[in-house]
Amino acid sequence: MTTTSLAQSTPSRRFDVLYWLRRLSRNFILRRVLMALAKIYVVITLTFFIVRLMPTNPIEAYVNELIDQYGFTYQEARDQAAALYGIDLEASLWTQYLEYMKNLLHGDLGTSYRSKGTPVAKMIAKFLPWTLFSVGVSLLISFTLGMLLGMIMAYRRGSVLDHVLTTIASIFSSIPNYLVGMMILVFLGVQWKIFPITKMRGAMSPGMKPELSWAFIKDIFYHATMPILTYVLTTIGGWMLAMKSNTINTLGEDYVTVAKARGLKESRIITSYVGRNASLPLFTQLAISIGFIVGGSALIEFIFVYQGVGQLLLNSINYRDYPVMQGVFLVITIAVILANFLAEFVYGWLDPRIRVQ
Amino acid sequence: MSSFWQNVRRTFRLLTYNKVGFIGLLGVIFFILLSFVGPYVVPLDTQTKVDKIYQPPSSEFWLGTDSEGRDIFSQIVHGGKDVLVVAFLAGFISTTIAVLFGSLSALAGGWVDNAIMALADIVLTIPQFPLLAVLAGLVKFNNVTLLALILGVLSWPALTRAIRAQVLSLREREFVEAARALDLGTRHIILKEILPNMMSYIAINLIFAMTAAIYAQVGLVFLGLVPFSGSNWGVMLSLAWTRGAIFYKGSLWYIMAPVAAIALFQLSLVSFTRLLEEIFNPRLRTSV
Repeated sequence: MTTTSLAQSTPSRRFDVLYWLRRLSRNFILRRVLMALAKIYVVITLTFFIVRLMPTNPIEAYVNELIDQYGFTYQEARDQAAALYGIDLEASLWTQYLEYMKNLLHGDLGTSYRSKGTPVAKMIAKFLPWTLFSVGVSLLISFTLGMLLGMIMAYRRGSVLDHVLTTIASIFSSIPNYLVGMMILVFLGVQWKIFPITKMRGAMSPGMKPELSWAFIKDIFYHATMPILTYVLTTIGGWMLAMKSNTINTLGEDYVTVAKARGLKESRIITSYVGRNASLPLFTQLAISIGFIVGGSALIEFIFVYQGVGQLLLNSINYRDYPVMQGVFLVITIAVILANFLAEFVYGWLDPRIRVQ
Repeated sequence: MSSFWQNVRRTFRLLTYNKVGFIGLLGVIFFILLSFVGPYVVPLDTQTKVDKIYQPPSSEFWLGTDSEGRDIFSQIVHGGKDVLVVAFLAGFISTTIAVLFGSLSALAGGWVDNAIMALADIVLTIPQFPLLAVLAGLVKFNNVTLLALILGVLSWPALTRAIRAQVLSLREREFVEAARALDLGTRHIILKEILPNMMSYIAINLIFAMTAAIYAQVGLVFLGLVPFSGSNWGVMLSLAWTRGAIFYKGSLWYIMAPVAAIALFQLSLVSFTRLLEEIFNPRLRTSV
């Protein structure tokens, strides 16, 4: 307090700068942005080293292959591998790291080791939209539907409907999502033949061009049906149960009683008094679940042969394709951090009480 | 003697307070017996029987046979031990770290608090499953302990934050203040006043950590990222999947047996937490 008034009362330029620095450091948004950037940096660095500490690296594997199968000498094999993978093997881990960071700052994620010459950014751009699409649609459906059902359960608590929904919700939220996915595939696909699973593979039908047409939209929804069904079934229970308990708590609040006493319309009380307050904590939850679902998408995309970023990650792990692995990590991390960021602002917007000055 | 039976009856009444929770407890006990005692009773069927491929359940093969005509039931019995051991170890490790870090963070404050919270924040930000998928490469053939360690070391942050918040709030309660006024010492306050009040929370979270560990380990084994072999529910899933079990109608039992075993064990664990909640928190008890 005193420092601020001191800075304000001193017209000198030097103090002016200090004053602005101080104000900047107190700026909520700026601090959040800096924190997010710091987190991204730490995660990039960690993954760079973790990935390289793995037991078998792609070049060793390739060198051994050349020696065993083609009778190369060690030196020949190494040269060959270095030429193919385009990496300077003599460079220390530290030099490689600096090089990687320098390229990253220029927006260059590097090129894939395995599919030689393909830029990682291009690969990610090809796979990421499908994960974002399937996960995004699923979250939208399960979040809104879950909140709705949760409120209904709270208003009709103790009824048969409440018991049935609570049971279903707790069962589906405790079974791992990939098992639910397998059950969908085995029962709806193989046993009862409701879904033609081989036709539904991939993110879209072969020959389909991405365009803004009804046929294209229908096609991508068709191919994403099973992943979306799996995500929705396994996440909706959590939203329902959380919304139910929040709503029950909110219904006991004084301001709801007052609103009722004032004779406000029931629909208004439900939406802007109960619903708004009860749904608040769910938004923080939403950000966490985005990270969890995108991270776990590898399993679901593997089961349904859906070309998302999870598939890409699995392939790159199998080939020890470092640049692709790091690129996927980077993208998922940024997605998680962005989601957290967004959640915080949505929260602040929905709840004026915690709005930071 | 009569007081002993009274105690047994009281305990039993306490356990049956919550019907769903009691069923969960029975389920957990069933799976523990099945996986640890079962292998001594049911021998593992390793004999290939070409004429008995994909048989439906019968009195001879309770859950049918697999792609090589081997008994699925015996594989389920033998395949649970690793899954259960990894789940418990991983849950135990992450809960221990969380309790230690969480209470240290809350009680020490200052830079220790900041450092632990920053670390938790970073571990939470790294996408968990992808990181596990990469780290799984470190696990050598059938090394259960290392897998549990990796799972445990990565899953402490959320609980650490929660424990920290709990300790911070408990610290300010009247009974802790009273203990402090009586000069009972820090050790007494932590072990006798704060910890017992968090026990229910810790126990329930231990179980949730176990379910998370099951999710991750079975997922990793299923994707073939952990070099496990032999009888293990995850390996069964993976084999049933890769041998094209999803394309043959007759293979339903092969793929569904491990799915059901894992799903039912998870359900039992989650239901069991409800019972724990009621036992530890008398205020929640619906009936006396």
